[in-house]
Amino acid sequence: MTTHSHTHDDHHGHSHDHHGHGGHEAAHGSFKSYMIGFVLSVILTAIPFWLVMADVFDSKSATVAAVMILGAVQIVVHMIYFLHMNTKSEGGWIMMAAIFTIVLVVICLTGSLWVMHHLNANMMTMSPEMMKNMP
Amino acid sequence: MFSDPDIQKMIFGRLTLDAIPYHEPILVATFAAVAVGGLAVVALITYLKFWGPLWHNWVTSIDHKKIGIMYIILAIVMLLRGFADAIMMRLQQAIAFNGNEGYLPPFHYDQVFTAHGVIMIFFVAMPFVTGFMNFVVPLQIGARDVSFPFLNNFSFWMTTAGAIIVMLSLFVGEFARTGWLAYPPLSGAAYSPGVGVDYYIWGLQIAGVGTTLSGINLIATIVKMRAPGMTFMKMPIFTWTALCTNILIVASFPILTATLVLMTLDRYIGTNFFTNDLGGNPMMYVNLIWIWGHPEVYILILPAFGIFSEIVATFSSKRLFGYASMVYATCVIMVLSYVVWLHHFFTMGSGASVNAFFGITTMIISIPTGAKLFNWLFTIYRGRVRYDVPMLWTIGFMVTFTIGGMTGVMLAVPPADFVLHNSLFLIAHFHNVIIGGVLFGMLAGVNYWFPKAFGFKLDEFWGKMSFWFWLIGFYFAFMPLYVLGLMGVTRRVSQFEDPSLQIWFVIAAFGAVLIAIGIACFLIQLVVSFRRREELKDETGDPWNGRTLEWSTSSPPPQYNFAFTPIVYDHDGWYDMKERGYVRPLEGYIPIHMPKNTGMGAILAFFALICGFALIWYIWWLAAVTFVIMIGLGIWHTFNYDRDFHIPAEEVTAVENERTELLAKQV
Repeated sequence: MTTHSHTHDDHHGHSHDHHGHGGHEAAHGSFKSYMIGFVLSVILTAIPFWLVMADVFDSKSATVAAVMILGAVQIVVHMIYFLHMNTKSEGGWIMMAAIFTIVLVVICLTGSLWVMHHLNANMMTMSPEMMKNMP
Repeated sequence: MFSDPDIQKMIFGRLTLDAIPYHEPILVATFAAVAVGGLAVVALITYLKFWGPLWHNWVTSIDHKKIGIMYIILAIVMLLRGFADAIMMRLQQAIAFNGNEGYLPPFHYDQVFTAHGVIMIFFVAMPFVTGFMNFVVPLQIGARDVSFPFLNNFSFWMTTAGAIIVMLSLFVGEFARTGWLAYPPLSGAAYSPGVGVDYYIWGLQIAGVGTTLSGINLIATIVKMRAPGMTFMKMPIFTWTALCTNILIVASFPILTATLVLMTLDRYIGTNFFTNDLGGNPMMYVNLIWIWGHPEVYILILPAFGIFSEIVATFSSKRLFGYASMVYATCVIMVLSYVVWLHHFFTMGSGASVNAFFGITTMIISIPTGAKLFNWLFTIYRGRVRYDVPMLWTIGFMVTFTIGGMTGVMLAVPPADFVLHNSLFLIAHFHNVIIGGVLFGMLAGVNYWFPKAFGFKLDEFWGKMSFWFWLIGFYFAFMPLYVLGLMGVTRRVSQFEDPSLQIWFVIAAFGAVLIAIGIACFLIQLVVSFRRREELKDETGDPWNGRTLEWSTSSPPPQYNFAFTPIVYDHDGWYDMKERGYVRPLEGYIPIHMPKNTGMGAILAFFALICGFALIWYIWWLAAVTFVIMIGLGIWHTFNYDRDFHIPAEEVTAVENERTELLAKQV
């Protein structure tokens, strides 16, 4: 019981009154990794602009889908190169938190889309012409 | 005031003298009572020369114990306000029959039920829960404070600022008349043009900052600062529920914030997210707010479950039955609470497949909750049960909450919900789980941890009086509402046509009076206990023969909680230490590194309060100025490197020697 937290190196045992690291900290990035992240981000930002400005796809929804997918890819790039997330940092905690977050985001988004598209299930059917004349 | 209306508008926005409701006798009387009470408090503080200590020991304190206590004081104060609303509604509904309009016109009645809901959830239940987590978690895991002590102080003052904004609406302007979740289109600019909904929005947004930050803080504390040896499966069960609750807070409060931001844009700059026309969809608001709202109810109930688990184990003198299943049940509830939100709006128009899915998930989530109840029952079974006040609350909870859970499963059946939704049956159901679950849990926790916080136990007689009045009052107040709900009476109605209903409302009002007596007994209990504090003194630091680490230190704990960080071998850490004949070390103390007090949290929250008030009244210049000051002060504070100090070894030795003497007297 007399062991003060200065003397142990268990990664559960951080006492807040010192700044010792337990050995599973998130890695700090190097110049190279930041550059890779930056260049990838620029490319992933430039493509959507090009897709929209040059009217590459014929259908609008294909453009929207492509922009959304590239946005999602960029989120991953930011997480890896700027937030230094990998499967091992902080003893796997960051990975677990990320998976939990993704599960919740997926639940909320798909759930909302499902619910909102289902709202008119109990309504009278309406033709597009009637919809247009809605107040 | 000004001859040119444009100048007045520029300076005061839409705030005019008409906003002060001096023509409403009820409000004037309330204001007079509050003003006299406030002046009395100010005079008392001045008389006792308490301003200095108040600022240095409390307002600026970053000690998690004091912040926890302040959260709970905030909760109790707001409970009185929220209950005043409740009893006003009960009285109105009991008399407004046969053409009698009662004493509350709909304009007021609608504000009262909205304020009641908002205050009870956001400014009573939340501060109670956060207060307990703040006070107990670091002690239970053997830490000296939370991970980010300054942030903790800031969170508390932001929550308080939100509460003050809601309270201000009573005397300056009006509060929302929309119900506690402010559904559009009613809450939109077209149908609620006044300041009521804006008070609602900014009160919740400012308090929400505090709630989210304190969630992050406590997760970091639990994950990073546990005592050596305390693996996750050796964490006390309250700490487990606190962890899950804070994960829910961090994952769900941003949804509330975003939803309210969209509504703010609708109201302030004329976007059309939730309007009826121009592509807006009010149903989206309902959908989003309940994606936050359902996790929110588990944010409230999980810590209460944790408190009951600690109390059941302690007062049955037994290890908690099924510790692992309790942990898994908590985690399962945490995840499942995200897939049930649609049961709050089964009747919104979704088809059978959506309603069936959410009905079934709702029934599934009652399974881990049921498992918890069996765990508590099996813990009591063959235990040496001591019926102290915390245990009474626990037994009362187990009976009451089971009834509330069963009516909840009834409401989870979509066809039944089509009959019962929006009726008083629903009102009875959620009061049944929130009073019978959350509130009983909080009052059990107050009785359980009070000796730890203040060094003396609470008076038992008045505690029991409070319990019985609350329990019986609850049944009188809410069982009639089940009956009325089954008869088809809808919620939020201020006058009735059918005189045969009146008797039920009179019974409910009688129940509310019993609850009022219960609250009074609780306040008397605090006063009586304070006056008998020498008799009720707890010198051992372990008045209940406790099992977790908070009982291993003195009551109240020293500023640094533990002179030496404890080492944990079992999930009932302190019980295990007692069993193994743990001897308290008497020497070898070293200086302890602690964070320094700072007033910045309170100052930032003060400017947030002004900023919120300015935004409500469209006083744009003031909002801009205070916002810039806030950001500036926040940045300036990051350059304050003078934030820590060491408690010298001599001081630690003196404090610990005093405790050694106290303990020696016990034997």
